Amino acid sequence: MIVRRSMVILTSVMATGALTLTACGSRDDKGGDSNGGGGTTLTIGVDAPLSGENSTTGLGIQYGAQIAVDDANKNKLVPGVTFKLKAFDDKAQPATGQSNATTITGDKTAVGAVGPLNSGVAQSMQQVFASANMVQISPSNTNPELTQGKNWQTDKKRPYKTYFRTATTDELQGSFAADYAYNGLKKKSVYVVDDKQTYGAGLAKIFTEQFKKLGGKVVGTDHINTGDKDFGSLVTKIKNAKADLLYYGGQYDESSLITKQLKGAGVKIPLFGGDGMFASTYIETAGATSEGDLATAVGVPADTLPAAKTFVETYKSKGYKGDYGAYGAYSYDAATAIIKAVKAAVDANSGKVPSDINALRSSVVDGVQKSDFEGISGKVAFDQYGDTTNKQLTVYQVTKGAWKAVKTGTADLG
Amino acid sequence: MNTLPQQLANGLLLGSMYGLIAIGYTMVYGIVQLINFAHGEIFMTGAFGAFTVYFYILPDGTSMALAVPLMLIGGGIVAILIAVGAERFAYRPLRGAPRLAPLITAIGLSLALQEVVRNFYPHADRAVAFPGLDATHDIGSITIKDADIFLIVAAIVCMSALAFFVRKSRTGRAMQATAQDPDTAQLMGIDTNRIIVIAFAIGGFFAAVAAVAYGMKYGSIDYRMGFLMGLKAFTAAVLGGIGNIYGAMLGGLVLGVAETLASAYIDDIPGMHLFGGGSWKDVWAFCLLIIVLLVRPQGLLGERVADRA
Repeated sequence: MIVRRSMVILTSVMATGALTLTACGSRDDKGGDSNGGGGTTLTIGVDAPLSGENSTTGLGIQYGAQIAVDDANKNKLVPGVTFKLKAFDDKAQPATGQSNATTITGDKTAVGAVGPLNSGVAQSMQQVFASANMVQISPSNTNPELTQGKNWQTDKKRPYKTYFRTATTDELQGSFAADYAYNGLKKKSVYVVDDKQTYGAGLAKIFTEQFKKLGGKVVGTDHINTGDKDFGSLVTKIKNAKADLLYYGGQYDESSLITKQLKGAGVKIPLFGGDGMFASTYIETAGATSEGDLATAVGVPADTLPAAKTFVETYKSKGYKGDYGAYGAYSYDAATAIIKAVKAAVDANSGKVPSDINALRSSVVDGVQKSDFEGISGKVAFDQYGDTTNKQLTVYQVTKGAWKAVKTGTADLG
Repeated sequence: MNTLPQQLANGLLLGSMYGLIAIGYTMVYGIVQLINFAHGEIFMTGAFGAFTVYFYILPDGTSMALAVPLMLIGGGIVAILIAVGAERFAYRPLRGAPRLAPLITAIGLSLALQEVVRNFYPHADRAVAFPGLDATHDIGSITIKDADIFLIVAAIVCMSALAFFVRKSRTGRAMQATAQDPDTAQLMGIDTNRIIVIAFAIGGFFAAVAAVAYGMKYGSIDYRMGFLMGLKAFTAAVLGGIGNIYGAMLGGLVLGVAETLASAYIDDIPGMHLFGGGSWKDVWAFCLLIIVLLVRPQGLLGERVADRA
């Protein structure tokens, strides 16, 4: 009897666990109130890390797209069509992203997808979307290979015509950072660390090349594993190398711990990173030790854009979780680009939604390529590789416990 | 600057933490031959227990001198309850079952605990900032933080107390007897179920001590922190000789130092640049494990035990 009863308890514990697991798969069915019966409902997928690592910025992407969809429905942007957003959690893992992409493309009402956050995840998703001829717009991927091919430095070639992004590339971001480090901060010897991921390693490489070209010295390099917590050994090496700046290619999960342990060991040099660590969580985790650290991010600060003001207010008033600061506005524009392309397709089909989903998807891809409108993050248009024509970048510095923009401009690749 | 003393200190500190967690694996294995893969999650819940005490129970501005002991108690209670609960409800019903059954249960329990914390603890779906002990001290060429001192003192005190308990106390001797032969021990009047519960409780408490040290050292905790630490601690227990408590601590220290030195110095060896640095440290640590197990399959301090399966 005792055995039986404890088995019951065990089973209920396991069942609770299983239920919570399934619960997170279906948490997103609340978006998009249906307005007007008889209309067509079209789905837009959004894929980003919504739990665990990177989830602060990931949630910013999800809700940025959510607001775009809500706005489109409210303003009846495409008459007769109600858009529904379906969110997928990729946990920052390529395999999960790929399976999400398969689910999205398998949905017969889906017309396009926003995301993912991570370049490494995007690599595994591109082929899936290309095969389904469905448009995918990332608000945050910065790795140049995604749009310009493996040999982007010598021979640019677009691998997938269904892939677009509203963020600019690391080629510009890394160079912009190197330029600011050398000319703005007057740092001459840098220690470069990356997390070996597509995004982090790529960014660190571009930074290193540009920093050397400018005349700076790289006094040491190291690579870490994502998920690591103890950087004691790395910190001692940096201390010994007498660097005056640490450049890190990767996400805030690791860089916030690195800066904390670095300064804890008495090494008072700033840590400089890319948009992957531009998140409020970085400051929350690293606390006072993050003061003076820097990060580049794509675009101009969301709260300085007049058009983004309503967006920021809506985001806050809805009480959405996550951080809209990094990519929220880009995610909004990405979703809007898809919606506008749907509108173009409907208009071209004499005001009716094309009944063949494949035909619709195909014309949405063409429509996005021809995008040309004023988004909330600036002008939204794509070049022949699917890259945004908006090449603005901003350097942020932690000042009194908050990210503060210190320089905005476009990268000079000269 | 000679960095060796600092790197050794880094390694020993990391190793002490592995060692404290490894005790839980090794004690449970020594007595019931069960690899409790949920132990890493018990470590994680200990950290959240301690954080709950600090953040939700103590008033703001409590001095750390007062908060740390209370956090240890709070974390300890949570970790012990979960460890003992796991034993009572997940492992005991499977005591006579084939070995694979409790092993799978342990993995399931580990996932369940992670998901419960992620879904039900406020804001636990991302890193939670933990109060740190960040004041630093320079001893010769070594810089260490208060949290490091706490860790080293805690490891020494816990290890000595455990050694004393196992050797001298009546319960400790009963524990040794149960480890040797549970059936005969029971015939001699030892309540083996109680001994097993005590083993789980001690393991849980040690994990909570390590968790508090972890939180104060790294300044943040998250629901997945137990996975990697648990894996490393399990490795440490095997390296030292699973079933042997001194082996667990020694294994932890060896693993910590090996990892740290590998990440610090391998890339200075000519021709090894590609295989050095922080990203290769786990590779070298596991190479060490393989070599030790080839030469001494029973682990550094282990004794060859007859297979009872």
